[in-house]
Amino acid sequence: MDFLSILSIFVLAVFVGYYVVWSVTPALHTPLMAVTNAISSVIIVGALIAAAAGAITEGGGLSMWLGLIGVVLASVNIFGGFAVTRRMLAMYKKKDKKPAASK
Amino acid sequence: MEHAVAATPAWAVLAYLVAGVLFILALRGLSSPESSQAGNRNGMIGMLIAVGTTLALHPTGLPLIIGAIAIGGGIGWVIAQRIQMTAMPELVAGFHSLVGMAAVLVGCAAYLNPAAFGIVDSAGAILAVSRVEMGLGVAIGAITFSGSIIAFLKLSGRMSGAPILLPGRHILNLGVLAGILVLTGVFAMDAAAAAGQGPLLWIILGLSFLIGVTLIIPIGGADMPVVISMLNSYSGWAAAAMGFTLQNTAMIITGALVGSSGAILSYIMCKAMNRSFISVIAGGFGADSGGGGGEKGAAIQKAYKAGSADDAAFIMQNAESVIIVPGYGMAVSQAQHALREMGDLLKKEGVSVKYAIHPVAGRMPGHMNVLLAEANVPYDEVFELEDINSEFGQCDVAFVIGANDVTNPLAKTDKTSPIYGMPILDVEKAKTVLFVKRSMGGVGYAGVDNPVFYADNTMMLLADAKKMVENIVKGLNGGGH
Repeated sequence: MDFLSILSIFVLAVFVGYYVVWSVTPALHTPLMAVTNAISSVIIVGALIAAAAGAITEGGGLSMWLGLIGVVLASVNIFGGFAVTRRMLAMYKKKDKKPAASK
Repeated sequence: MEHAVAATPAWAVLAYLVAGVLFILALRGLSSPESSQAGNRNGMIGMLIAVGTTLALHPTGLPLIIGAIAIGGGIGWVIAQRIQMTAMPELVAGFHSLVGMAAVLVGCAAYLNPAAFGIVDSAGAILAVSRVEMGLGVAIGAITFSGSIIAFLKLSGRMSGAPILLPGRHILNLGVLAGILVLTGVFAMDAAAAAGQGPLLWIILGLSFLIGVTLIIPIGGADMPVVISMLNSYSGWAAAAMGFTLQNTAMIITGALVGSSGAILSYIMCKAMNRSFISVIAGGFGADSGGGGGEKGAAIQKAYKAGSADDAAFIMQNAESVIIVPGYGMAVSQAQHALREMGDLLKKEGVSVKYAIHPVAGRMPGHMNVLLAEANVPYDEVFELEDINSEFGQCDVAFVIGANDVTNPLAKTDKTSPIYGMPILDVEKAKTVLFVKRSMGGVGYAGVDNPVFYADNTMMLLADAKKMVENIVKGLNGGGH
């Protein structure tokens, strides 16, 4: 893939993002922030590469440790972000027909 | 660059693409509460695919890596279980800082070990285009990190929410920003940098950490919804920049999604305050406490009607419709559960109860909705500004709890007011306004007095929001019947 193909994917994804995000209901804007936070931790891919490569490349030690710290930070975000989003979304309930059943 | 791509097998390219599509579906699911949980699962599956693919492609050093995931994942999971819903804004700010830092670390690691990332030419020099991406990624990541730390400190009350205004801050910020861009250009052309040497990247990094701080400290509490959305956006662009370096579609799609999401939320928040993005970024809103102090003194002189919890209970019991307007004060005093109980009791009496949410109520987009959901308020009783504003004219009671500026009619009439033009909830049109407020002294974050306090149809309920609502609940239970 050359730079221009990557750029094309990027530009199209910005437009997809634009339309998808406008369709998000305002009531769910906080979960939206939490989940975008979780998925932006896909940056873990870069940290994993650095950590894995450091183990086999000569002189990759510092790079490996930076990668590993990156993996820790991104993992906090991935698990924390998805879990807290799930917790929030589970709270959104419709009006209950039988209030006794709510809880 | 070509040989790096040749090293990525087709199945992996497709797997990353699938992960990217699943992330799109994760956001798409949030268009309604029914589909949102399935959307979140899509996001988790996408992340699993992205991480699994990467580990399959680079199966070395696994014990340490799995250990790192376990440590981070464990911490994240525990935080997610324990965090109070009222603390969500600072949690999100804290999480943003981690994404920013991770981007910085990945950028630095790529600079130190470029061969591992496949960004070197045949002579072993780092490609110029990769150096631009790396410089920008590290800079955006560092700004996200230090900016989010400041936002976190302000939101969690560890640092005053008041704007801190450095002399000449605009020139300072613009200068540093220009410096970062120029240095990134030099970094791309410098021969030493191509060999992975020289201090340029570290200078870019240092300047970016600095500007992250100086950009956020002048921004006050009321503008936090914009700041937090903006940092959300930055964290996305940082991930996208790294995605360019790694030529990874999952990272690029995600970065673009998150970047536009944060930008749209910032736009919505700015529009809801009738402020331009530039003026928010420039900061200083609500800083003129000198003038505010004078107004406070005047405010106490003016006549207002104060009432008790029993008065409020009596009025609402005999009303046909009540619209509850929650604001940040409700979050601070954790009054949402007591409020829902009050709503339930009123509904039992046959009163129609609805909730009206201003887009900038609270400290982050959708903050009030989450708190009400936490307290088991059904989401179909909760309405956005434009859907409910016309109903205040027909409703008997507007119950304002912990909100102020978003109800201030001066926004419609007083051109000199700092909040002029901001869309507001027309609570003053209700037959009776019950206004829960800690004391008459404090004015809203904008530092503006609110004429609703002194209106004939307003009764001030001066107390801590939670205590007041609990006493009203007592009144509804005991009194009347």
